Amino acid sequence: MSDDAVRPQGVSPNTSDDPAELLPPLEPVQLLDDDGALHDVSGFPLDLKDADHRELYRYMVLSRRADKQSINLQRQGQLGVYASLLGQEAAQVGSAYALDAQDWAFPSYREMGAALVRGVPPEAILHTFRGTWLGDHDPHEHRFGLLSIPIGTQALHAAGFAMGAKFDGADLVVASYFGDGATSEGDAHEALNFAAVFEAPCVFLVQNNQYAISVPLSQQTKAPTIAHKAVGYGMPGYRCDGNDVLATYAVMRRAVDRARQGEGPALVEAVTYRMEAHTTADDPTRYRSDDELAEWQRRDPIARYQSFLEREGILDAATREEIDAEADALAHRLRENVYDAPHGDPRELFEHVYVHPPGTYAEQRALLDRELTSREGGDA
Amino acid sequence: MSVTMAAALNTALHDAMEMDDGVVVFGEDVGVLGGVFRITDKLQERFGGTRCFDTPLAESGIVGTAIGMAMYGYKPVVEMQFDGFTYPAFEQLVSHLAKMRNRSRGALTTPVVVRIPYGGGIGAVEHHSESPEAYFAHTAGLKVVSPGTPGDAYSLLREAVSQPDPVIFFEPKRRYWSKEEIELPIEREPFGTAVVRRAATSPGDPASAPTATLFAYGPMVRTCLDAATAAEDEGWDLEVVDLRTLVPLDVATIVDSVQRTGRAVVVHEAQVFAGYGAELAARVTESAFYHLEAPVLRVGGFDIPYPPAKLEEYFLPDVDRVLDAVERSFAF
Repeated sequence: MSDDAVRPQGVSPNTSDDPAELLPPLEPVQLLDDDGALHDVSGFPLDLKDADHRELYRYMVLSRRADKQSINLQRQGQLGVYASLLGQEAAQVGSAYALDAQDWAFPSYREMGAALVRGVPPEAILHTFRGTWLGDHDPHEHRFGLLSIPIGTQALHAAGFAMGAKFDGADLVVASYFGDGATSEGDAHEALNFAAVFEAPCVFLVQNNQYAISVPLSQQTKAPTIAHKAVGYGMPGYRCDGNDVLATYAVMRRAVDRARQGEGPALVEAVTYRMEAHTTADDPTRYRSDDELAEWQRRDPIARYQSFLEREGILDAATREEIDAEADALAHRLRENVYDAPHGDPRELFEHVYVHPPGTYAEQRALLDRELTSREGGDA
Repeated sequence: MSVTMAAALNTALHDAMEMDDGVVVFGEDVGVLGGVFRITDKLQERFGGTRCFDTPLAESGIVGTAIGMAMYGYKPVVEMQFDGFTYPAFEQLVSHLAKMRNRSRGALTTPVVVRIPYGGGIGAVEHHSESPEAYFAHTAGLKVVSPGTPGDAYSLLREAVSQPDPVIFFEPKRRYWSKEEIELPIEREPFGTAVVRRAATSPGDPASAPTATLFAYGPMVRTCLDAATAAEDEGWDLEVVDLRTLVPLDVATIVDSVQRTGRAVVVHEAQVFAGYGAELAARVTESAFYHLEAPVLRVGGFDIPYPPAKLEEYFLPDVDRVLDAVERSFAF
């Protein structure tokens, strides 16, 4: 048997690619300028119909409305904590919209917008933050992993899933979501390296929202940009304006297409800004200025896109009102389903830990049963 | 035929891969080299490079990608090259592998087997002789296994691969070359089945020799059997129970043995303080208190970092340390 025959499929010596070709330009790809005027950028064509444009806009509006309602619910004591995506709607919606139905996404904990695009009920996300249950959607149904709170760890699950898809010959691309802070974690590095070595169809979408809680990007990395890190793994790095939904979509689409064609993983840096606090438990006034916030508010991803759509005649007043009404309905539904939502049967706590639980569970179940009975008796 | 534990493990992997195309084996040096202990020898040659392959040198990456592959539908069997190199993967093992099913309310299962050559007694350099089983036995969501014989190595590994739950599989590396007369394949037994390796001959008979049970797993099964043999010279009648799986624990077999012998000594290589022996001692005390003639005693390594190789004989429990504990038990 020749040596080649036992080498893992897809593992070839480094190709003759010029490493310089893997490097991103310093300027992020931008298709819409701050005023919403469209520019063609070679290499990143748009394949969107008017209906797609309206869908992108719709998902961004729904995301922002669900986000606002989530913050309200937290303020009213209904959620333990909530991590807002305000300002990152374009980065999340644009990137998730570039995935096909059979593709998968592995989120961190801030991906309400991407979740909406994948059809995950936002209630499921809020139940996680409420503590009704740890995770409340079926990842296989929506092809969207569980929220992952330990930073960057889900990138390895994404890489492994993509390796599985590749070994299986499946037509499937995996998107791995994480933030600028996560790029310092060992697991994110290992995920990028594994995906590159195995040429796995995995696209790493880094939402660079400028801060890891309070620590700014300048203290997170000395790399020229996050996208530059890609060259170290032998994959292309792309950089896009993450407040430009069209640029995010187009760049992500290119990365997803090449992964689907068997050309391996890529790193996409979406340059954006977290306009809210890190979570509802955070106080951003301690580490960033009002001026900085105002500068990014000027670049609001939804306002910018809306002015483009209106100028192009893609979005009329009636459609806008329709979408606003849908957003209100979604917010109402969220409140209905989350406010004072009861937790499930405590006996279920034992149900999902193991498929075949150890015998020692029997006595602990019995103890809980006795405690529940005594509580119910006490209540009566 | 005479089979070493290393060969039994290799055959178990081979047979599991033969049976199920979804079983994939990966880790550091497990491909062409066949693993540093040759446990994966010739698997890549037989099953190809997508069923058995080398990974970059990154333990967290190995376990994390195994979780992703399991979510996709594969059954990964991954190797941590040595016990002391498991720690970089600790977060993936504890925060993700152990919890994925629970976090997804049963929607996701991650049937990953993590093989860890563990324990001392081979004169290895630092970080190559550790016994970290208590960390994982303490983590809900994992099953923890350690075979003590070649036959069990085969059957428990086959069972581990067929488990829908994640399994941490501790291979006692000092016993890799121990032999047993067996014919493979051996029928699998369910997890949670301890075995009486050596029965006390006349427990409960006041006129006969004093009795006690030695509880052990992995590398200490052999040591305890040797101790039981040596104890005959003292006129002691020792039973040896091999736990085989630490999670789940076969409490019934343990209690049954203590009820017959009246004394229990638990033996492991790991440090005694907050070790697995403490769990066993507590279980026995809670379940068989009135049958005990003496407190449950623990025998293990000292509560120090694993010593340099030239000093490991002073650290590791041996026949004398086991018999010393038995003597103390009889003195009560």
